[in-house]
Amino acid sequence: MPFTPSKPSPARLLPRPAPEARWRPGLATQPFHSEIFAPAAEASGAGLALALARDALTSSDPSSGEGEDTRQVLWVQDRGAIRQGGRPCLAGLPPDLRHRVIHVAAATPEDALFALEEGLRCRDLACVIGEIAGNPKALSFTASRRLSLMAERHGVRLWLVRLNAAPDLSSARMRWSVRAAPSPPPRWNPAAPGTASWHAELFRARTHAPGQWSLSDDAGTLRFARDPDTERPGESAAAPDPVSVARPTVGRSLAARARA
Amino acid sequence: MLLADARALCPDLVAVPADPAGDLAALEKLALWAQRWGPWSAMDPPDGLLVDVTGAAHLFGGEERLLADVMRAFAKAGLAVRPALAPTAGAAWALSHYGPQRAILAPGDDPLRLLGDLPVAALRLDDDVLTALRRLGIKRLGELAGVSGTGDDPAAEAAARDALRRRFRNHRSPAANPLLRLDQLLGRVPEPLLPVVDCPMPMVQRRLMEPLRHRDLLDRVMADLSQDMVRTLEARGEGARRLELALWRVDGEVLVRRIELAAATREADHITRLFVARLDDVEAGFGIEMVQLRASWSEPLGLAQADLDAAAETHGTALAACIDRLSVRLGPQAVTRPVARASHIPERAQGWQPPLDPVPPAQGQLAFHARPLKLLDRAEPIAVLYASPDGVPQGFRWRGEVREVARVEGPERIAPEWWRERSTARLRDYYRIEDEAGRRYWIYRQGILGDGRGGVPDWFLHGLYA
Repeated sequence: MPFTPSKPSPARLLPRPAPEARWRPGLATQPFHSEIFAPAAEASGAGLALALARDALTSSDPSSGEGEDTRQVLWVQDRGAIRQGGRPCLAGLPPDLRHRVIHVAAATPEDALFALEEGLRCRDLACVIGEIAGNPKALSFTASRRLSLMAERHGVRLWLVRLNAAPDLSSARMRWSVRAAPSPPPRWNPAAPGTASWHAELFRARTHAPGQWSLSDDAGTLRFARDPDTERPGESAAAPDPVSVARPTVGRSLAARARA
Repeated sequence: MLLADARALCPDLVAVPADPAGDLAALEKLALWAQRWGPWSAMDPPDGLLVDVTGAAHLFGGEERLLADVMRAFAKAGLAVRPALAPTAGAAWALSHYGPQRAILAPGDDPLRLLGDLPVAALRLDDDVLTALRRLGIKRLGELAGVSGTGDDPAAEAAARDALRRRFRNHRSPAANPLLRLDQLLGRVPEPLLPVVDCPMPMVQRRLMEPLRHRDLLDRVMADLSQDMVRTLEARGEGARRLELALWRVDGEVLVRRIELAAATREADHITRLFVARLDDVEAGFGIEMVQLRASWSEPLGLAQADLDAAAETHGTALAACIDRLSVRLGPQAVTRPVARASHIPERAQGWQPPLDPVPPAQGQLAFHARPLKLLDRAEPIAVLYASPDGVPQGFRWRGEVREVARVEGPERIAPEWWRERSTARLRDYYRIEDEAGRRYWIYRQGILGDGRGGVPDWFLHGLYA
């Protein structure tokens, strides 16, 4: 066979500024393979995976500014993940992802890994989100290494949610452990649950120091959550309502005129 | 007789060392050459050839003229030959070795009439078997056939055959069993023969309209020849181990360059590169008019998989190809896209369809409906603590764990679809709740107390918020 120089992976081709020691949302360089460990009795894993994916797609892709991203998102679940955590609900997905989710229900973890790898190989996908329950034998270090190499080779990002799993050996570039956190009270009904908030711990990363954060999904943007206990009541008393019904009172509104 | 004794008798004796391997090789070549008279030939070492001329004699004008042609061709080559033609290989052998010159046994003839007088040695038997037959008094083929009972009386024939078979019952090989040989000669049992098959060596050549005098043109011809050679080798499923390049010059001189390869190779660039290094000392003279490349030693080399997946490896697959791969392995039901359906019931408001089908138009979602990120396939029953049966839950037990409800919003009442369901279907009151650890759920109470459609309503957990 003739010697063909292998194509350099997009992970090497992309501009790479000096890595920041401390992780924060909106970094330009995002890893291609991340793992998120989450309990199966809550949707915090999938929620954080979606939030991180949207964060990475908006902040690291230079083409995202011009025009809407119409690439599909592949969401792979194995049978255990479906049984314990359910399937994605269309009406609950972020509005910009609602029409471009392709769901794969794999019977076994092997099939789920196959689907993940095929998805990473596809150039027309925005990202791949996987959910695998437990620590199956198929998801060994070799399998995760395959996923890492495939993702970095083709430049498709993968967030793999591990439900009820012990953090075993893996070659994921960033490994998160997440659980749900009390949400900030909405502005109009403090007794109601607020926007999605998580307590996320980055316990293994290649370019960042480990750390813990309270993160919240603020209308599609991943932000550091303000601690509801230490927050002073004077400034911006509460987080806005999760479903931004409240329109700012401008124009011909009587309330705006009365206040002026 | 020893060579010394022979030399003592005849001092002028010329001694030539025997070369059995060379004789066999020459016989092999002769067998291939003899395929001019028939499509199929076999060697009969040390000095015989068998050619199958079934249906081919008329091409030479009949069987007599075919044998005359054989005599003429061998005489031209300086070889003496005793041809014979018979329906079976054994009969032809017997006739050519012990029969009259140019004997022909027609298919209609009785073989024993023509062959009966031949000695039993015409049966191609071993020496010890011939000795045994001689001691038995059997000297002619006819006598053997008479003993073996090829006569008129079937009973006597069977008895005689039986006696002969018992006499040679331990002799399994045809050369040691006269009965078997006789049957082969008469065509009663088949006699498999090993044919000689010619395999020509791969050869490509270019005759040039203008003699080549310059090196770059020769390199170009060399590259073309290697590609032709690769194509030839590929058709045969072989790879070259030794290649010979012959260059005919205008003045009749032939220059030969030979390379040997470490492993069977079928790569044009590799072959060209190796030969180009050997062409530096070629004296073109008045020009080279023909270039020939032969693979004098080739080995089987399986066809390698072309890089079918290489494009996918380097550029990634298209979305349709990805969906195809997934649905072929996982089944078409496993790869789907969620689409909105016109319904208020949450599990019915979402359908699954093939991922690349067009999405049907749907009504926009109501913005104040906060739906969970994930919906369980079947709503799971929970045990709820409440202050009043149709009030806000205080805590609940799900999957064996008790959770205190910290914050709650609701109810959002979803009525049953009366046009689809029976009249006893109960309404659902959905609550968004958050427990003390911050986990957010979507639970519902099926029915209300006193709606006349059942007893105390049950509670279910239906979805998980992010």
